[in-house]
Amino acid sequence: MIILCFIIVPLLTAFLIILIAGKKDGWGVVLSLVSAAVLFVLSIIGIIQTGSQTLTYRMGGWKIPYGISLVQDALSSFMLVIISLIALTSLVYSITYVRHISRDWKYYALFMLLLTGMNGVVATGDIFNLYVFMEISLLAAFALVAYGCEAEEFEAAFKYAVMGSLSSILILIGIAVTYSVTSTLTLAKIAQELPLQNPKLVYWIGGLFLAGFGLKAAAMPFHAWLPDAHSSAPAPISSMLSGVLIKVLGIYVIIRIYFNVLGAPAAFLDAFLILGALSIVLSGFLAINQWDMKRLLAYSSISQIGYILLGIGIATPLGIVGAVFHLLNHAIFKSLLFYDAGAVEMALGTRDMKKMGNLTRVMPVTSSTSMIASLSLSGIPPFNGFFSKLIIIIAAVQAGHPVYAFWAVLGSILTLAALMKMQRYGFRGEKIIEAIKAKTTWNMKTAMITLAVLCLLVSLLVVPGIREVTLDPVANVILDKTGYIQMVMGR
Amino acid sequence: MTIYLLCFALFLVGVYGLITKRDLIKIILSIGIMGYAANLLLILFGYRTGAIYPILTQSTSVQPMVDPLPQALVLTSIVIELGTTALLVAFAVRLFQKYKTFDITKIRRLRG
Repeated sequence: MIILCFIIVPLLTAFLIILIAGKKDGWGVVLSLVSAAVLFVLSIIGIIQTGSQTLTYRMGGWKIPYGISLVQDALSSFMLVIISLIALTSLVYSITYVRHISRDWKYYALFMLLLTGMNGVVATGDIFNLYVFMEISLLAAFALVAYGCEAEEFEAAFKYAVMGSLSSILILIGIAVTYSVTSTLTLAKIAQELPLQNPKLVYWIGGLFLAGFGLKAAAMPFHAWLPDAHSSAPAPISSMLSGVLIKVLGIYVIIRIYFNVLGAPAAFLDAFLILGALSIVLSGFLAINQWDMKRLLAYSSISQIGYILLGIGIATPLGIVGAVFHLLNHAIFKSLLFYDAGAVEMALGTRDMKKMGNLTRVMPVTSSTSMIASLSLSGIPPFNGFFSKLIIIIAAVQAGHPVYAFWAVLGSILTLAALMKMQRYGFRGEKIIEAIKAKTTWNMKTAMITLAVLCLLVSLLVVPGIREVTLDPVANVILDKTGYIQMVMGR
Repeated sequence: MTIYLLCFALFLVGVYGLITKRDLIKIILSIGIMGYAANLLLILFGYRTGAIYPILTQSTSVQPMVDPLPQALVLTSIVIELGTTALLVAFAVRLFQKYKTFDITKIRRLRG
């Protein structure tokens, strides 16, 4: 039953905000914060209640292959916690940040629609329903990227919207081919029917979905839209897009389709390995080259997506655990870095690192949290990023891919170089900065400190005993295709 | 088979426009054409030669019917494409106000 609330609550909030908010943003702030907090509590209850079992909800009481079903298993509960956590901190951060762009309720309504779409994608067990929720979140994301109404923002939003529609059309064609083969849209039923058909069809379906969802995940050859869109959006939206959206629309769906539905075909696992290694190394180099702070972070997002794809491509239980853990970690520290970049942009009015200087004295919270996040992102122990990267590298060596392990290590060094450049010029430069335009307010500090503490705390998830109840059930769900079919379809 | 090839040709027309055209409006239209091709493909997959409309009444005897589900999917996808196209056109209008041009090669402030 809880799974239904993840779609109803944000959707209802979005329309309530539109209905009752006047010209000001007061109601928008209150309603969206309450609903995000409720969702966060529900997601925690959900992950405890679900454990390692699978709960299904049949919409309208229709039997499963005919109606739309919502499925909550360990993987969806895990993703819902990530989404709710980042959404809550982003909203807390937005309260004052968005007011320096405009005092408007539209931001909060769009934010809630974005949340509806992402929760829906994670919750649904029907492939066309997934497409519809994906489009809801994408439309909200396009509009939010352009929220600042500057020329560059419209340019980035247009590019993002063109690429987004192209990938959506490819996905729709993939859905059409899938339906023509299996005569069903329920993911579990497709998984049951597809092995009975011509085995070559898996390559058609998988290829179309790889192009479509690869574009959404911004893996390396498909990445062109991401640096523009993620660096032009307002900071809390950048953190939502980079921290959650590319993972939900890209990585989560790829995991669900390729593992639970197609049954991890070897050709596509190799494709993930190659895409992952390409993303890690190339965007690592591109990130070092950037002088725009948010652009640097956006390129580093592509590189971290590469790590997750690498972990998925290895496809051993350890590799999957590493990928899933890195997904959580990246959501936390990349959001934190975007909050920091937003605070700096608000204070100095620029994102160009050449114009920044020593901020440690005027913005102590921002610079220290950004230091924690940078160390975590570049994989320095004892922060969480170290453990997930280590797990992925160990898994690569164990599975007999030492070459990919080498690329992962090289990528880690490149990330460290890019992030140290950001620290060196952006936060600890020579130029002494005395006056800043806008102070970092209490709510922005709260959001940053919460995530900075989480950077340390989350590394506890690898401790044996905790790992068995948090990460391992997720990996089990991913690797167990027949289990997924049985749980959803009933025995 | 011919009709599927024609459908694929329609898709390629969209791809060609998306890649070669420099005008924002023409790019939006190319995306629309690609969307039509995807919708047409869905309808074609549901079509059966010589079948009737999928409404069961008491007077008609049971005959082969076309698959109604793709038609429902296409309705949904048309509505979604309408929303996306409207948003794209809105972006194009605002881009014209900012840059005074529809030429995509001149709208290049973001680099790197």
